[in-house]
Amino acid sequence: MTYGTEREMTDSVSGGDESVHDVHRYHEEPFWRKYIFATDHKMIGIQYALTALFFLLTGFTFMMLMRWQLAYPGQPIPLIGWLFSDDTMPGGVMVPEFYNQLGAMHGTIMVFLGVVPLAVGAFGNYIVPLQIGAPDMAFPKLNMASYWVYFCGGVVMLASFFVPAGAAKAGWTSYPPLANIETMGQTMWLIGMMFLITSSLLGAVNFLTTIIQLRAPGMSYFRMPFFVWAQFVTAFLLLLAFPPLEAAAFLQLADRLIGTSFFMPSGLVVSGQVLDIAGGGSPLLWQHLFWFLAHPEVYVLILPAMGIVAEIIANNTRKPLWGYKLMVYSLLFLGAMSFIVWAHHMFITGMGTTMGAFFQVTTMIISIPSVIILSGLFLSLWGASMRFTTPMLFALAFLPMFGIGGLTGLPLGLAPTDIPLHDTMYVIGHFHYIVAPGTILALFAGIYYWYPKVTGRKLNDFWGRIHFWGTFICMNGIFMPMFIQGLAGVSRRLYDGGATYDFAANVVQYNELMSIFAWVLALAQIPFFINFFLSIKKGKEVDDNPWKATTLEWTATPTPPLPHVNFETVPTVYRGPYEYSVPDSDSDFTPQNQP
Amino acid sequence: MDIPYTVEARPDTGVNNAKLGIWLFLASEIMLFGGLFSAYIFLRIGAPEWPGMMAGHMYGRASEVLSVPLATLNTFILIGSSVTIVMAWASLMMNRFDKYRLFMGATILLAFGFLIIKGIEYTSKFSHGLFPSESNFLGIYFVLTGLHAVHVIGGIIINSYFLGPGTKLWKTNPKYFTNRIEVAGLYWHFVDIVWIFLFPTIYLL
Repeated sequence: MTYGTEREMTDSVSGGDESVHDVHRYHEEPFWRKYIFATDHKMIGIQYALTALFFLLTGFTFMMLMRWQLAYPGQPIPLIGWLFSDDTMPGGVMVPEFYNQLGAMHGTIMVFLGVVPLAVGAFGNYIVPLQIGAPDMAFPKLNMASYWVYFCGGVVMLASFFVPAGAAKAGWTSYPPLANIETMGQTMWLIGMMFLITSSLLGAVNFLTTIIQLRAPGMSYFRMPFFVWAQFVTAFLLLLAFPPLEAAAFLQLADRLIGTSFFMPSGLVVSGQVLDIAGGGSPLLWQHLFWFLAHPEVYVLILPAMGIVAEIIANNTRKPLWGYKLMVYSLLFLGAMSFIVWAHHMFITGMGTTMGAFFQVTTMIISIPSVIILSGLFLSLWGASMRFTTPMLFALAFLPMFGIGGLTGLPLGLAPTDIPLHDTMYVIGHFHYIVAPGTILALFAGIYYWYPKVTGRKLNDFWGRIHFWGTFICMNGIFMPMFIQGLAGVSRRLYDGGATYDFAANVVQYNELMSIFAWVLALAQIPFFINFFLSIKKGKEVDDNPWKATTLEWTATPTPPLPHVNFETVPTVYRGPYEYSVPDSDSDFTPQNQP
Repeated sequence: MDIPYTVEARPDTGVNNAKLGIWLFLASEIMLFGGLFSAYIFLRIGAPEWPGMMAGHMYGRASEVLSVPLATLNTFILIGSSVTIVMAWASLMMNRFDKYRLFMGATILLAFGFLIIKGIEYTSKFSHGLFPSESNFLGIYFVLTGLHAVHVIGGIIINSYFLGPGTKLWKTNPKYFTNRIEVAGLYWHFVDIVWIFLFPTIYLL
């Protein structure tokens, strides 16, 4: 048997009441080894989750401050305005520079420090080894390193607010030449990004090796849960798409620190003076390198969310996923295609029609696998007697929200419609529908779904439902008006939300409504946070498999599984991941490890 | 509980964890250098002359700025070090630890030789006022060779570890140690191959 050494080990300790002995053995790990420099994938997953939730809240707070300025331009922020320094909010009124800092850092933090670490670092780390029947990740120390490198990146990003002239102001895309002539915050941004890129590189190597090498006996590729497949493709995207951005970050750092001109054209005039540089560089080079990462990054944001939703839908419809194999093939195709669509972010850069045609065609092609996956999830609902559990509510809401986000993206993938819509609020509405009501609802679904495996207790359903409806309604209230504003021509990144533009006169009043929804959205998160922390000790205790699920993580005992052990004996897998309601079976679910 | 396939290869994939891990890492390294090579092509296509104007002189060929003989010597040094690291690994396979130390030591020395020659090249550029800020040719030259030099330094650190404190593993688990040298060797070959692409691209074309 391939897992020989483990079999012997578990056999030697499983006589009598030896699980107690095991527990004792792991209590011997010193505090700093168990909780701080942890190497167990489950503890690292929890570290990622808590850090990422903190950053999600931070990024959201930035946006709530900005939404005041958008709703009531030039008015002092009540209650908390006095907390800020005179450089950022003299008299409680936000200065434009600070608005730009908050905007740039909102995007950076939400994408690189919030959503991806939660979707990949937290859920991937905790769930993937359990779902494939592995004792841990393939490289536990590397796993620890990737968390701490991520943590350092976060510290650098936050610290950048306290350097002279504050954090990066050139947007999360950091387009030169603007970014090149920015203040010190931009250098901090680049250094922070290098930490984050290194972290996801280490993570990606680890995930891929784990999934390829550590699958339990019988866990063939097509018996892997869809969530594992999603993480697998995501890891490939992180592995191959991030390095070009690292290259670009090197070049921008060189431009900023040693005076090269990679992104600086000749004769650039700044504040009325021609810059004393060699010139000859190209700002478009940055855009190509940046979007070569950032388009696959979009799929890094959405694929784990699809994986979570697939798990929850199969579990709560008590049916196999519709078209599991087709969905897996779609994932792989989508992953490969995502590397050749990047320039649809650059239609207004004056690219030729041949190039434009190529990227329009690839963009239309890549929408096909996304639609197949979404259709598969929708068709899985057909004829089911659904259990409307709290995670299921979030998972169901994901489907139409991702649908809106995806369909509004089509006009942006075609140059004739993209050119007028480019850099308008329509774009902001589009990608926020994908990431906020899409991915973030799915991440909440995942938290409600796997919380019992992590803590042994369930989150409260009543407060979960309040959280769900509040979040669902408010998110739509924030992002739906963006489409209307964008179609009217309102640009993104406007300090006053368009108040000074005539053409925006008919739509600018939505800003107040959107802001109110944003603040109510914050209130709707209060029950979640109370629920989240209170349920660790006070939640309803549940057994090892409260949702009656088929995948391996629910067969791991005790709950939560022991560090570095996970399974009492190495599981053997006999069947596919979603054998729900098998005809002539005693129960309506048949776990993967049941012969 | 031990993680499976740290030493033995998994039967259906045919590799152990570390070997798969290093191949994946090298794939991402290819994308990193690939990004910079693309930047090189992008900048060169957009430039009216290449290498062009630098420190008051007009250059028509890269070989007029950079020293092709030194770079050729460096190419042979790196190829030589790729040979010695394979010999180091082969010595372990044949259970000849003494020869392993010899070949690993030679690999490290050759790597230092490469860095010294690179250092001579850099100093001669600087002494002629050829700084990265002078032109995009020099900029991309210094970034690409600099990043490559960082990889050489990384290789020296790894190989020195396996010559010094890392050898303890040889006494307890020789197969594990041999695998590690193979993985270090794969990385070192990659560093070598990057240079083999860098040299003609920057110096000769």
